[in-house]
Amino acid sequence: MQELLNKIAIGIEKGNKKAVLEDVQAALDANIKVESIMNDGLIKGMEELGAKWKRNEVFVPEVLIAARTLTAALEAIKPILAQQGVKPKGKAVIGTVKGDLHDIGKNLVKMMMVGAGFEVVDLGVDVSEAKFIEALEENQPDILLLSALLTTTMPQQKAVIDAITAAQLRDKVKIMVGGAPVTQEFADEIGADAYTQDAASAAERAVKFVS
Amino acid sequence: MGKEFNKVLYDLDSFVYGKSLYPVKLKNGLEIGGGLILPELNFTLPNMLFNESTFPKVIEQYRSIIDEACKRAVELSVPGFVAEVELLPDATYRPEWGIEITKVVREVMYEYEQKHQLKSGLRLTPVDIREDLNSEHMWHGEFWDKIMRIFEEGAKAGADFLSIESIGGKDVHDEAIMYCNIKQSIFGLGVLGCMDMKRLWGSITEIAEKTGTVSAGDTACGFANTAMVLADRGYIPKVFAAVIRVLAVVRSLVAYEEGAVGPHKDCGYEGVYIKAITGTPISMEGKTSACAHLSPVGNIAAAVADLWSNESVQNLKLLGGMAPTVYMEQLAYDCRLMNTATKKGHSAVLLLRDLLTDSDSYYDPQAYVLRPDVVLKLSAEILKGKDHFERTKLAGLAAIRVLREAYENKEVLISEREVPWLDMLQNEIESIPADVNVFTQEMIEGNTSAKFEPKKYDL
Ligand code: B12
Repeated sequence: MQELLNKIAIGIEKGNKKAVLEDVQAALDANIKVESIMNDGLIKGMEELGAKWKRNEVFVPEVLIAARTLTAALEAIKPILAQQGVKPKGKAVIGTVKGDLHDIGKNLVKMMMVGAGFEVVDLGVDVSEAKFIEALEENQPDILLLSALLTTTMPQQKAVIDAITAAQLRDKVKIMVGGAPVTQEFADEIGADAYTQDAASAAERAVKFVS
Repeated sequence: MGKEFNKVLYDLDSFVYGKSLYPVKLKNGLEIGGGLILPELNFTLPNMLFNESTFPKVIEQYRSIIDEACKRAVELSVPGFVAEVELLPDATYRPEWGIEITKVVREVMYEYEQKHQLKSGLRLTPVDIREDLNSEHMWHGEFWDKIMRIFEEGAKAGADFLSIESIGGKDVHDEAIMYCNIKQSIFGLGVLGCMDMKRLWGSITEIAEKTGTVSAGDTACGFANTAMVLADRGYIPKVFAAVIRVLAVVRSLVAYEEGAVGPHKDCGYEGVYIKAITGTPISMEGKTSACAHLSPVGNIAAAVADLWSNESVQNLKLLGGMAPTVYMEQLAYDCRLMNTATKKGHSAVLLLRDLLTDSDSYYDPQAYVLRPDVVLKLSAEILKGKDHFERTKLAGLAAIRVLREAYENKEVLISEREVPWLDMLQNEIESIPADVNVFTQEMIEGNTSAKFEPKKYDL
């Protein structure tokens, strides 16, 4: 059993979708618990790759391809997870704020969040307060992540937080902010729950919020 | 192609900073590429809201930035400079704001010209808001119209040089960078990008002619600098970013085929190739743009530059003054040193150029492909292609070949884990079909980028 889970983890690291899907099926056939397939196989592989990325041993494309593979595999076992009442580690909504089209940093944060086992709803770029609120109501996420890369769109992060407070949703969600010009000081000032400097630490921080 | 460029215009001895074959001269006498290298100052707002009610404050920011920077320029006897007004999105979505900012900045510059004989020119760069999700088409509609209106009315409000960081092809290229997918990158730069540049620069040149301003040129910032920033962080291989820089040459060149005359924009490091191929002057940025992003080309970027820029700095207070003023000072001193070498004679220029070059080119493949000798060699290879598509592929293959040789000869540092990428990238490029229509069809069918809509390009 451990061997098969290791194989799944390695398949994720290599981004080998076909092999991973086959091995996941084999694991299910061998009556390995689906929760274990998810945590000790799929997510473990992603975690190991994420750690390598942090140590500068692999490049982003490799991590992205692994994340794509992970998403496909999770999609495949979704019905079984639901049937057995296994929930993802957490749910997150992410987007770049209104007026801002920079999305590379946001996409990396999303990638690491997926890798950490979160279900992530990506609202894209140029997202208004209203759209964020709509997404909170619809998805009820544990965490909301706001990205801003321009000094003139940083205040928009505050506007989103204020709108969420006004909509009386503030205590239902942890809000994280980030992007090159954003600082811890600014995050405190606008009432965010957390700020981190990069994608890997963003996912680590997010995990702390849900565990 | 409109104007055709088919040969490299310099030999290594004549390819130097401050001097280009076809200098650009403004009515007030300011000359770019006529012998002196001059500062190009860039600046932006600090963390602040930009809206109807804060607009007076925004204007005051711009006015004081340029006023203080001009004052420092006078104090340092700067012989002339260019100021770039790179508009923020808000000021492009509301063209009247962008135009007002242009007017206010230019007025201050005129004042210094009259009172202190400080000659200057203003480069106006609106945001390419065609990237907006609601933009329906690349070449018409609300967003296109706004950009063109800013160029036209901005020209009347005092802009001298028209530029943009255009985004045609970026809709597939962002993903290409993240996945290091060189085929997709060639599609973005060599097919979509070139198609868009042709339309865009044809129109900008028309406006420049109509308004008596200068159609200056573009930059592959959104392509090659995005790759550079990611490579600097170790996210993607540096050799990939270096190859992207060379691929970008063909796309940036299209502006000149459509009538641009320079100076090419500062953040487009591929400008050195543009200079080699077109003889027009270029702006470059290096160590002086550390305020905006790190780069591995701090010195080498200056080797053949005609304007020396700082990319962009927020208007924040430093101990030495407001940040844009401080940057004016740094640019002024860099230029003064280089111009002093020019006064000493050609051998001093060559010595300084080569010091700037050799101090960087070993440490990073992205710096290596900016070496003047390499630029001349690769430019010749690129020009062997008969159209944009073929030239882009040749650019990629030639860059890979040159990097491999340099690595083997220990002329450039390429980390062990990056070396296999050279072969991988080459194999990918070699697998691209010869026929651009077949390739386009293939790329459209296999497209995975959510941002790309072929119909925006009439495809
Ligand atoms: C690449 C880039 C672009 C690309 C964007 C491509 C894309 N699809 O995103 C293009 C060329 C399109 C672009 C356009 C513009 N840009 Co730009 N761009 C950059 C650049 C060079 C790098 C940004 C980047 O991708 N970095 C790499 C990623 C990985 O880093 P990151 O985004 O910081 O993300 C990391 C962390 O911050 C964090 N993070 C990010 N988001 C979040 C969210 C959360 C919740 C958390 C916890 C963490 C987190 O994790 C990420 C990974 O580790 C920056 C320079 C800089 N110093 O940032 C300028 C920069 C941001 N751009 C700038 C400008 C001015 C513009 C334009 C207005 C230029 C113009 N005139 O056209 C337009 C604006 C368009 C718009 N409406 O948004 C300025 C901003 C100046 C200012 N006043 O703020 C900068 C600073 C450059 C400069 N100094 O001039 N840009």
